[in-house]
Amino acid sequence: MTMPLRPDDGSFLAEVERLSEVPVSACFHCQKCANGCPVAYAMDIAPTVLIRLMQLGQRARVLQSETIWVCASCITCSTRCPNDIDLAHVMDTLRRMSIREGSVSLPHVRTFHEAFLNAIRTHGRVHELELVTRYKLKTMTFFEDMKLGQEMLLRGRMRFLPERIKGRKEVRDMLSPPPARSETKSAL
Amino acid sequence: MNVNYFPGCTLHGTAHDFHDSVVAVFKALGIDLLELEDWNCCGASSAHVLNPEAARKLPARNLLIASASRLPLLTPCAACFHRLKLCQDHLNSRPEDHPDARAISAVEVVHVNDLLLQKEILDIIGQRIKLPLAGLKAVPYYGCLTVRPPRAIRHPRPEDPMEMDRLLSLLGAEPVNWSYKTDCCGGSLAMTRPDVVRRLSGKLFEAAREAGGEVLVTCCPMCQANLDMREREIERETNTSFEMPVMYISELVAIAMQLPETRTWWRKHLVDPLPMLKSKGLAA
Ligand code: SF4
Ligand code: SF4
Repeated sequence: MTMPLRPDDGSFLAEVERLSEVPVSACFHCQKCANGCPVAYAMDIAPTVLIRLMQLGQRARVLQSETIWVCASCITCSTRCPNDIDLAHVMDTLRRMSIREGSVSLPHVRTFHEAFLNAIRTHGRVHELELVTRYKLKTMTFFEDMKLGQEMLLRGRMRFLPERIKGRKEVRDMLSPPPARSETKSAL
Repeated sequence: MNVNYFPGCTLHGTAHDFHDSVVAVFKALGIDLLELEDWNCCGASSAHVLNPEAARKLPARNLLIASASRLPLLTPCAACFHRLKLCQDHLNSRPEDHPDARAISAVEVVHVNDLLLQKEILDIIGQRIKLPLAGLKAVPYYGCLTVRPPRAIRHPRPEDPMEMDRLLSLLGAEPVNWSYKTDCCGGSLAMTRPDVVRRLSGKLFEAAREAGGEVLVTCCPMCQANLDMREREIERETNTSFEMPVMYISELVAIAMQLPETRTWWRKHLVDPLPMLKSKGLAA
């Protein structure tokens, strides 16, 4: 990494803290979150380093990181942080910021979440077979896991027809307009 | 006794076997599960990423439907359970965010383990055990979403939950001690990063084997699917053999109670539990 770590005017950190309502600046880098993170090995930036970069105002590096999309939302970090920093929730905030700024590093993860919400929009419930098919068509990964899919079908673990609820419209209204600008706390 | 029942999309789909075993066990215990009328998806692992407001409103609709009666709301899906609890936690501190916040917060949301461990129900299970799971080294695996975040779930022991340990002991099995009870299987990355899932789940299988386990016991449909679906791949990739079925706690309760339905469940598993059950004298 050759980019110099020059702190900005603090606006990035302030924005993350305002949107997530999590006091990221309270982190004292004990590393507990990173040490307990099961996915740290697959991240390009470790969780604690990500926090430091937020504190230093490294907007682009944080929002372009793979870390925010590889995070499995297991909430181990938030559970163990001695300063009650809900990093799992901050990850969600960073994901939305990264979408807004068009800097999503792993677009297929975003595509999956969008396909999931579209599935809810369509029927009010998620029809797994349809979701998987749509996601795989969109990301051109149809052949990945095909055998597994066949076996699931064979064993009767896939429902062929979707279930539609009566309250579809009510549910659709909940999902649009897309991402609200004012964010709320608690991973909600 | 009746309880409200919210199965969620997964239990109506890939985890239909979990649904079947939960329904069978509670029916045998004299508890009717009243499925919520017109329930919707809780938003699961995606709404909170893209649309935090929807992630609150989706579970709120189900909770509001449930609030019409004063019955507890049972949801066996760990993700649904987690989303319902987070919704309530949010509305507890910010009732202004929903016109029916009070009714929604008042619903008692319970997971399968919680309900099975209620004193009266434990007593009935104790009386109904026909075939103790004697000598079965069972590895209780809790995963993430029934314990975290402890603030919302109100779990007293988020790093070392004991619910399934207690149930397994009651059933006559030997719950195995291990350090990975609440480690993540990679659940939310099932579709997008199967490589991460294989790595995390592989660690769980290895630790379970190291602890002398013969079966992984779960209370989460995502954990079951991830582990069961990927076990063969992990074995091939790491050139090893675990031969460890991944079963729901409700399936084990059903075996101990000798419910006739159990026979139809095993074919749903990708790693067939039957050889292990036979070797333990738990299936014919
Ligand atoms: S556990 Fe909390 S205080 Fe420690 S490094 Fe992580 S975020 Fe900072
Ligand atoms: S929530 Fe994300 S960052 Fe936190 S421990 Fe889990 S995978 Fe790591």
